[in-house]
Amino acid sequence: MTAVATPGPVTDPGSRPRRSRGARGRPFGRNPLGLLFSAPYIVFVLAVFAYPLIFSVWMSFQDYFFSAPGAQVDRPFVGLANYEQVLSDPAVWRSFGNVGIFLIINVPLTVVLSLVLASALDKAVRGRTFLRVSYYVPYVTASVAVVGVWLFLFNGNGLVNQILGPLAPDPSWLVNSSLAMPTIALFVTWKQLGFYILLYLAALQNVPKELYESASTDGAGRIRSFFSVTVPGVRPATLLVVLLSTITGANLFTEPYLLTGGGGPNGASTSPVLLMYQKGLEQGTPDTAAAIGVILVILVLGIALLQRRLVGGDES
Amino acid sequence: MFIGSLQTEPDPTVAGAFPNPGNLTTQNYADINERINLFQGLLNSGIFTGGVILCTVVFGVLAGYSLAVLQWRGREATFALALLVQVVPFQLLMIPLYVMIARDYGLADTHLGMILPFAINSSAVIIFRQYFIQVPKELFEAARIDGAGELALLWRIALPLVRPAMLTVILLTFIGPWNEFLWPFLITKEASMQPLAVSLANYISNVAATASNPFGATLAGAFVLAVPAVTLFIVFQRYFTSTNLGSGVKG
Repeated sequence: MTAVATPGPVTDPGSRPRRSRGARGRPFGRNPLGLLFSAPYIVFVLAVFAYPLIFSVWMSFQDYFFSAPGAQVDRPFVGLANYEQVLSDPAVWRSFGNVGIFLIINVPLTVVLSLVLASALDKAVRGRTFLRVSYYVPYVTASVAVVGVWLFLFNGNGLVNQILGPLAPDPSWLVNSSLAMPTIALFVTWKQLGFYILLYLAALQNVPKELYESASTDGAGRIRSFFSVTVPGVRPATLLVVLLSTITGANLFTEPYLLTGGGGPNGASTSPVLLMYQKGLEQGTPDTAAAIGVILVILVLGIALLQRRLVGGDES
Repeated sequence: MFIGSLQTEPDPTVAGAFPNPGNLTTQNYADINERINLFQGLLNSGIFTGGVILCTVVFGVLAGYSLAVLQWRGREATFALALLVQVVPFQLLMIPLYVMIARDYGLADTHLGMILPFAINSSAVIIFRQYFIQVPKELFEAARIDGAGELALLWRIALPLVRPAMLTVILLTFIGPWNEFLWPFLITKEASMQPLAVSLANYISNVAATASNPFGATLAGAFVLAVPAVTLFIVFQRYFTSTNLGSGVKG
């Protein structure tokens, strides 16, 4: 990783130096009770994350299908057949492409908007609370509830088209195969913005004020000090925001399902998770759905590593 | 949203964003209540959310405390696990979890099945750990010398000190299950078990097309769903900044 001269460590100010003494001679360490206290959590992680993850990978190599509970059925190992089937399916490619479109719009927009708004909010004196509430309300409101409003705004003769008048796109926003996904990306960006603003606000508290003072002593204006003090100062937070918004994109389900009636015109807004739902539960082929899931995880991990390279930043 | 929910006829013009006394009605609330039982939906959402919050706080405090204060073998590994788990997108587990919980354990259409995958939240564990770390260690040492057991220590000294963390975790946890759609949507097929978000979504995708004023009814349902979360947020909004894990009380 690139070593960045971050002025103030954003993460973990209270972490203590690792203590090795006292572990010897005691099989569970100095306070074995700690293990007991953490046991429910550890069991939970193993049961609800680790086991399903392994189960999912295993399932993707089997000819898996639903059966009555307890019935003994033969589920032969089929090797890569599920993957072959998935990768030769144009609908799958389309859904991954859709997430690509989503990420290209959503991630940069999220980072820029939330950083700029957070630094503005950090400086704003009056109306701070009101502004913060207005950014944050969409985030705390259920997607399902907000979708109702967007459907009202963006449908064929909705408010947005009424304002645009003749400029309105002809097949309207959500039924237009080239506009459906960008509209969803905008929706999600707008909805999640409050959360990321809050993340950046927290990070901004850790940028030392002296740096701004010395920057202005050196004659840097507001814009200059934004780029040379703020942006590098919040780099670990930027990495987190990029990572989280990528994961959000990979998990996209509710918005395309509701906004575009289950995948939109010709699958123009189908997401991989939506496809997993359709294939796994509606069409009863959980094995191919699991294969899509595994491919999605690998892609997300790959993108996350790439982003770390590009954005750099400290371990968070 | 609220105005729209009161309109007899949807008014998609700019003027429609302002109330017009001649066009106001509570009929939409009655309409949506006829199709989906709002009270039952709210009750299910409440049970789901309450169960998740209870488990998250109890087990999160325990794990956070042991990760921050106690020295035991496997502590570092457990913390690394907690960080790692956050990166695993939940939806990727949805097919195996569905098979396990709905098919193998037969928990479809039960509250337990809804709660189980969310019962402990790794971010809550991490938030609690951060707050416990900031409590001066001398406090714990002093109590230990006075002969207090770990549970008494946790209950009498640690918990009162991390009350803001508690509120933060409760509020943040509330948003998740209250607004969660995908998982309850997968495992509840019976309308009487569905949380409000799910029944409203089903209304939007199935019933709305045939209703007389679908937007009004949808917005009425959306309003009922949104009010608890938004109210909690506005009342407690200063605690949302307490998620600022870096600052807070310095030991």
